[in-house]
Amino acid sequence: MEKIPILRMGHFLLVTIQVDLYDQLAENLEADLVSMVSKTNAKGVLIDVSSVSIIDSFMGRILGNIATMSKIMDADTVVVGMQPAVAITLVELGLPLKGVYTALNVERGMELLRSKILLEEEDQEEENDDDTDSTE
Amino acid sequence: MTTTPIVLNRDTMTVTRETDVVPFRSRVKEHAVKIGMSLLNQTKLITGASELVRNMLKYGNGGIVKIEIVSKGRDSGIRLTFEDKGPGIPNIDKAMQDGFTTGRSMGLGLPGTKRLMNEFTIKSEVGVGTTVTVTKWKNG
Ligand SMILES: Nc1ncnc2c1ncn2[C@@H]1O[C@H](COP(=O)(O)OP(=O)(O)OP(=O)(O)O)[C@@H](O)[C@H]1O
Ligand SMILES: [Mg+2]
Repeated sequence: MEKIPILRMGHFLLVTIQVDLYDQLAENLEADLVSMVSKTNAKGVLIDVSSVSIIDSFMGRILGNIATMSKIMDADTVVVGMQPAVAITLVELGLPLKGVYTALNVERGMELLRSKILLEEEDQEEENDDDTDSTE
Repeated sequence: MTTTPIVLNRDTMTVTRETDVVPFRSRVKEHAVKIGMSLLNQTKLITGASELVRNMLKYGNGGIVKIEIVSKGRDSGIRLTFEDKGPGIPNIDKAMQDGFTTGRSMGLGLPGTKRLMNEFTIKSEVGVGTTVTVTKWKNG
């Protein structure tokens, strides 16, 4: 079975979707990404959809699931490079990409993820200052 | 004004499995490209077609899709007819509402597709089946 490669770049995972995905392939990608996030402790997931010409509710749900599950493991998800026609169509269809950030391209997506990590670190420092009880 | 469109070309495709979805979408795209449909309209058409074909598979046990190139006045377009012999829909008004689902999903396939198309009709009879017909005009 063919697989979509997941690249590791520092704290982030990068996936480039280059073909119109069969459902099974999309579901495998979801499972693979989620397990990779947990294994690598990644802080962010970038999904490049610039070659994707159709996102229907099925694919939209897969993207949403990836974001939700990654968030549970403390990683943010950014979908990058969505074609304007695809973005317009998604809005008209009424599909909310819940918890999914979007960015123009991979570089911008990286910037977005980096800024999120910085914010979180600041928050954590504040929390530590306040001496909030730690879990464990 | 309700002049009936002229059918210039007719193609049919049987859809019985999940793996038929991607080839079906490619077929619709081919026809849309052939008539020079704009990229945005193509995207709306194919996305809506994908929703309807998924419904047909999930709720109607698969079926047949008719893909037609139609022409009305100066405009041409693609008309798709999704026909299944599944259980039918007891309450169409409800099924057409955003968020209504019997499949633990998002309930946006039917209402969303209606928004994406220029014309949308749905006929359904319990125990007989469901037929959804949609048209997207090239310049609509
Ligand atoms: N071909 C069909 N045969 C029988 N019932 C159908 C058919 N298509 C739709 N329905 C019914 O209409 C409901 C609404 O369909 P719709 O596509 O809007 O939402 P959904 O498929 O439940 O969710 P989503 O499309 O967001 O995944 C379905 O849950 C189902 O009960
Ligand atoms: Mg549906």
